[in-house]
Amino acid sequence: MSITLLLVQGLNGLQLGILLFLIAAGLTLVFGVMDFINLAHGVQYMLGAYLAAAFAAWTGSFWLALLCALPAALAFGLLLEWLVFRHLYDRDHLSQVLATFGVILFLNQGVKLLWGAAPLQVPMPQLLSGGVEIMSGLRYPVYRLAILGTGLATAALLWLVVERTRLGMLVRAGATNAPMVAALGVDIRRLFMAVFGFGAMLAGFAGVMAAPILSVEPGMGDNLLILAFVVIVIGGIGSIRGAFIAAIMVGLIETLGKSLMPDLMRLFMDASAARQTGAALASMLIYIAMAAILAVRPAGLFPVRG
Amino acid sequence: MRADWPAIGILAVLAAAPFVGFGEGHMLTLLSRGMIFGIAAVSLALIVGGAGLVSLGHAAMLGFGAYAVVILDKAGVTQAHVVLPVAIAAGAGFALLTGVIAIRTAGVHFIMITLAFGQMAFFTAASLSAYGGDDGYTLYGRTEVFGTRFLENRLNFHFICLGALALTWLVCRLVLASRFGRVLRAARENDLRVQAVGFAPYGYRLAGYVIAGGLGGLAGFLLANSAEFVAPAYVSWQRSGELLFMVILGGLGGLHGAILGALAFIFLEEYLAHAVGEHWRMVFGPLLILSVLFLRGGLAGLPMSLRGLRRG
Repeated sequence: MSITLLLVQGLNGLQLGILLFLIAAGLTLVFGVMDFINLAHGVQYMLGAYLAAAFAAWTGSFWLALLCALPAALAFGLLLEWLVFRHLYDRDHLSQVLATFGVILFLNQGVKLLWGAAPLQVPMPQLLSGGVEIMSGLRYPVYRLAILGTGLATAALLWLVVERTRLGMLVRAGATNAPMVAALGVDIRRLFMAVFGFGAMLAGFAGVMAAPILSVEPGMGDNLLILAFVVIVIGGIGSIRGAFIAAIMVGLIETLGKSLMPDLMRLFMDASAARQTGAALASMLIYIAMAAILAVRPAGLFPVRG
Repeated sequence: MRADWPAIGILAVLAAAPFVGFGEGHMLTLLSRGMIFGIAAVSLALIVGGAGLVSLGHAAMLGFGAYAVVILDKAGVTQAHVVLPVAIAAGAGFALLTGVIAIRTAGVHFIMITLAFGQMAFFTAASLSAYGGDDGYTLYGRTEVFGTRFLENRLNFHFICLGALALTWLVCRLVLASRFGRVLRAARENDLRVQAVGFAPYGYRLAGYVIAGGLGGLAGFLLANSAEFVAPAYVSWQRSGELLFMVILGGLGGLHGAILGALAFIFLEEYLAHAVGEHWRMVFGPLLILSVLFLRGGLAGLPMSLRGLRRG
């Protein structure tokens, strides 16, 4: 394992972490403010990617596709909220898990019906294609660096909104004690809707950004959703700061684990067994980390509710 | 005792089914599949309804039972009196290991940590390349009962599944009615009060979780024998979601709801796959949502709801 490979894997891990954060941010706010488990948040990410693919094929430009996909993702999120989720806020977590599971089944199959089961490709924008030399003899794709930069900027913006504006204050107050905020005269339903739509758009944004480097296919949101849940549980439900730190952590563990574990295992066993156990252990690492953190801190690293 | 009649009725109908027009091969396969998932659903209902522990990783218990069959098969061990206890112990053992940590959490965190453990089991299963890895493992024959191929006969297998289902229901029913079950249910209602009375709910919950795990292992054993095939998909989190749906579809009011829910799920899945074709999930998803929104008492609560409607 050379230093350059480690660096590349580290950057890839950061980039996965950033994507995870964009998904987890909406999830943790919805979860924290509304006490609502939304399993269907992952399909928002998938929808973002599909919308990008559809608009890119239609307009021929990645930038126009991005411009059209974001409001479309927002509108779709609000539609889902109005149609289904709104009726689940007062129900127990079990009902929420099941109904949103139904939404996943429907939408995964829906995109298969509309766009087919085969993966779609989204062309990379001309401006951001190609690579840049970050070390002697090491070129890294510009687009991946752009994802990293955009994600960090979005995270900073989100932090600013949540920590420094009146709306953000209401969101934080809502995460701590929603009935009290409602009692003080804030229309909590409208706050819910705003948070929900915004979260859906962020997840859609992550989908649009991931579309050119990952294959766009039905069910692509499911695995990321599970990772995003791991992120918000580790970070502490409702905490943006926790989600950010946990997302970077999970992204790094997942990516570095996959490339380092097989080599590490080779110290103890022969090559083929090492590859096998290494791959299995690498897939499990984040779950082991989550179980370990929850065993010590059952409310996550940065619990919002005292 | 009165509350037991619906369950006894369902079991009686299942016993009569092969002789009143449901005796042909495909239907028997479907019925046994329904009963196997009924066992899994009843064991899940024990912890969801009885202890208030919503597990999104119950498919892992089935997976451990099913993979116990596969691993022993590969090693040449196909005798039921060895395989069955190992399958049950595998499910219970996994429940014990993960429960020790998971039971420490509650509510949403419990849902998530059981999901995480389920995913660990899934990735383990997918990495077992000696047993087919992602592609799964085909069993060349069903488990033998004292050297005979007793389970190969569909009618025999039907009654084995029915017997296992009845036993599972009875075990869960007796557990819930016992002193142990009362503590479990009391802790679901109010953890603090139970502690104040002098019980430590942790041990009770863990024991309940392990019982459910063992019964899940039993269901996994039967599932592997029914399909004669085992794949990591058996352990996927979607399967755990489906198991939860069976429990809720049936209704948490009584254990018989879980049996009803599992049967309804299997038959609905089969019917939609035929009637709608490839995209049956497009119909299934909305049905799931509607049943959660409007069928609050589940199928088992349907008579009560209808009676309530008629009275206005």
